[in-house]
Amino acid sequence: MTGGTASRGSLRRIWGLTYRHLALYRRSWPRLLELMYWPVLQMCIWGFTTSFLVGRAGSTAVVAAGALLGGVLLWEVALRSQMGVAISFLEELWSRNLGHVFVSPIRPWEMVSALIGISVLRMLTGVLPAILLAFLLYAFNLFAIGPVVVLFFANLMVMGWWVALGVVSLILRHGAGAEALAWSVLFGLTPFSAVFYPVSVLPAAVQPIALALPSSHVFEGMRAALDGVVRWDHLAWAVALNIVWMAAGIWLFAAQFRQARLRGALLSIGE
Amino acid sequence: MHAIQVQGLTKRYGDVTAVDGITFSVAPGGTLGLLGGNGAGKTTTIAMLLGLLIPTAGSIRILGHDMGRDRFAALARMNFSSPYIALPSRLSVAENLRVYGHLYGVRGLEARIRELAAQLDLTGLLDRPSGNLSAGQKTRVALAKSLINRPDVLLLDEPTASLDPDTGDMVRGWLERYRRESGCTVLLASHNMAEVERLCDSVLMLKQGRIVDSGSPPELLDRYGRDDLEQVFLDIARRGTVAA
Repeated sequence: MTGGTASRGSLRRIWGLTYRHLALYRRSWPRLLELMYWPVLQMCIWGFTTSFLVGRAGSTAVVAAGALLGGVLLWEVALRSQMGVAISFLEELWSRNLGHVFVSPIRPWEMVSALIGISVLRMLTGVLPAILLAFLLYAFNLFAIGPVVVLFFANLMVMGWWVALGVVSLILRHGAGAEALAWSVLFGLTPFSAVFYPVSVLPAAVQPIALALPSSHVFEGMRAALDGVVRWDHLAWAVALNIVWMAAGIWLFAAQFRQARLRGALLSIGE
Repeated sequence: MHAIQVQGLTKRYGDVTAVDGITFSVAPGGTLGLLGGNGAGKTTTIAMLLGLLIPTAGSIRILGHDMGRDRFAALARMNFSSPYIALPSRLSVAENLRVYGHLYGVRGLEARIRELAAQLDLTGLLDRPSGNLSAGQKTRVALAKSLINRPDVLLLDEPTASLDPDTGDMVRGWLERYRRESGCTVLLASHNMAEVERLCDSVLMLKQGRIVDSGSPPELLDRYGRDDLEQVFLDIARRGTVAA
């Protein structure tokens, strides 16, 4: 088989699994609504809160309001990216379809690629309406930060993916009992991610944990960008940490996939 | 070259041995039945043949490919059907077949879907969600999925379980015809002795993970002095083999 034929075969299999999820969303409006529900709700709650604060505290609160709304929107990027991968995997598990998928010639990395592709679509479907709402209701334009916002987006998406690979690995290891993590795990990282406050606010003992997460560097960078400064050092840290964590996530997934094949868990994982 | 060649296949979970050093082969175009009671090791054997389960020991070669090293090359030319593994219920029949057509890299996919739908009487069901179908219709859809890539090796785990006698007979007749026309190699695990007798040209009797007897259905009937495989099965399940 030539390299070109192999690549086309891979792309076809990745598209096959992507098509499966697109078909699912086409036939299930509650699933589509759910994608937008939380980001839009979050934006409403925090938008009205910041409007109230700006009304009370005046111009000093305007800067804080921008940081708050930017934080809410960008953190949703990480959350939706993580849930996009983990919940798409769970969809296969819930439909008892994993056995069919894993006996097809799809490679594990192709499956992960498809899940990531679906996650990007899910994230955009959820977050773009919230970004639009922030602009229409509160005159907050996330893209006014500048082109660097794309790098913030990309880093938070990648962070969502490696966290999701960790969740999928736990599901492969512990079965459906671990599925609650698909919704909750990233919320547990929120306090360390410096979404709404700088890392320096955290106790000294906790700061190394925060600095080991790409998200804290992204949000430090975002606050600097809102002040008109691009902090390339923070972005470089975010990229480097994402590479390390993504490699760890891939290793963990590959190890747990092999373990699942050793234990025979791929057929009974839904139980 | 054998289509399926299994040598000393063993699967242990801790102290429990699910499959204990079985060796067998299936010639191209042959149909092998795996017979055995619950816990005999049929599903474990099929899972290892499909690469879902890594054996503790032994080797599997399918269509010349070592399943330990090169399973994806073999999987592209194989397929599998089991009533215990579902297809996504919210997707229509056509969408499900399209998904698997893409996963198996089928050329002329839409034409293949129409062809299978016509053969398996699914044309009127193509736009129906798979979850809304009857058990018989689901079985035919699962069968269509398992044939989407025109497999050279087809593994069937109780293909007619939970079907009424009429539908079961229709499926068996269709499988018989398909195998004859396509030259496909089939491995069939079943509790339905009449099905095995009708479809298989050789049979492995499994008990506690071991092959306790093997042969063509007429050979087994002759050896045990019985009229049908069900009686042979009961002899082996309750007393052991003739030799034992």
